[in-house]
Amino acid sequence: MNIIGWFSDPANWRGSDGIPTQIGYHLLYSAIALLAALAIGVPLGIVIGYTGRGEAVVAGFANALRALPSLGLLVLLFLIISPVVTGQLVYVLPTIIVLVLLAVPPILTGTYAGIQNADPDAVGAARGMGFTKRQILLRVQLPCALPLMISGVRSSTLQIVSTATIAAYLGLQGLGRFILDGRAQADFAEMAGGAILVAVLAIVLEFTFAWLGRLIVSPGLRRTTAKSSSPIATAVPAPAAT
Amino acid sequence: MNWISSNINRIVELTVSHIWLTLAPTIIGLIVALPLGWWAHRWGRGYAAIVGTAGLLYTIPSLALFIILPVILGTKILDPINIVVALTLYTVALLVRVVADGLSSVPHDTVAAAEAMGYRSWQRLVLVELPVAVPVIAAGLRVAVVSNVSIVTMAALLGIPQLGSLFTQGFQLRLFTPLVTGVVLCVVLAVIFDGLIIWVNKLLTPWRQRTVTS
Repeated sequence: MNIIGWFSDPANWRGSDGIPTQIGYHLLYSAIALLAALAIGVPLGIVIGYTGRGEAVVAGFANALRALPSLGLLVLLFLIISPVVTGQLVYVLPTIIVLVLLAVPPILTGTYAGIQNADPDAVGAARGMGFTKRQILLRVQLPCALPLMISGVRSSTLQIVSTATIAAYLGLQGLGRFILDGRAQADFAEMAGGAILVAVLAIVLEFTFAWLGRLIVSPGLRRTTAKSSSPIATAVPAPAAT
Repeated sequence: MNWISSNINRIVELTVSHIWLTLAPTIIGLIVALPLGWWAHRWGRGYAAIVGTAGLLYTIPSLALFIILPVILGTKILDPINIVVALTLYTVALLVRVVADGLSSVPHDTVAAAEAMGYRSWQRLVLVELPVAVPVIAAGLRVAVVSNVSIVTMAALLGIPQLGSLFTQGFQLRLFTPLVTGVVLCVVLAVIFDGLIIWVNKLLTPWRQRTVTS
């Protein structure tokens, strides 16, 4: 198998279609989608968590989305957008929309579940100390929600990074390029190289988030998270695969 | 509509292979996950190891797994077996934890009652614990099968025929009909499989309709 040969060929590490450049593009698309998903998911999650309304709608939406194949959605959006939009945007827009659609539900769920699961004793104590509702939200409920929010962002990121490979299908860059170009030229080493790179990128991000979670979350929460997050933990994880 | 009637044979063929590619890994995955989940439920250390491995398996993107598996298995890249193995791995990864949590969710009183009635440990497992855990396992299985329906479509990028092939065809021809047909059929399959599991779950747990306790 000449996969090692593909990785050790210096030509694959240089230039506008080299490995570092494609990783850069892959992360760029992913970062744009993640930021957009955060901008939508976190505020909406706070509203739902705070008011307790709209949960059923969100759950239904997330389930329906699981059944929708992302490749089909991508092509559908492309066909809808292509007569209206011109230039590179006709490829970029559908890709980003698909990634954002996949990424919003875990962030949203993590945020509202985190707020709702905030220790009622802590919230009561804050109220007793004369905190306003706004202060309770910002200084008690949100910090308490952080572990679940981070795990939501983690699922979203993994979902985005694995799905961003299909950006190459519309002709964009990213690690999917190696897979699809390799397929087109029957170059199995290139395909496998691209596949290994995506897998490694996903695993590296997974470990980064685990480390980030330990870093950010208040140490005082660590004991209670095991208890309070158990109903969420037993909830079935959504596959990052797409 | 013309497109559909002139391509009906191919659509049926693609749907059949899609069903096969979805159901085979779901069923094999369940069969593998039951003993593994039981083992994880019994041994605390096994639980941590299995849940950790399962989580890591999940992070590997499906398209990447479809391509890496042939290297490991020695199969051809176009062999549908790769898809079946990949989805079986995902299904096992998801269900092992669900089975373990399902068995752990069986009320202690129920287990104690079975013991007092003289059930042997394997009888208790098969006749009491497993049936009581069915709703939890069914919930996990629903997620698994619905995800599998949509993950299978990614194989279209490699050229393995199933409903996802209609997406790539729609893109190449810039045609809505094949694309929408594919998306609708995927959603319909997901809804049917989901409903099927709900129905089997109800059949297997007749006591849940009558008693409202817990």
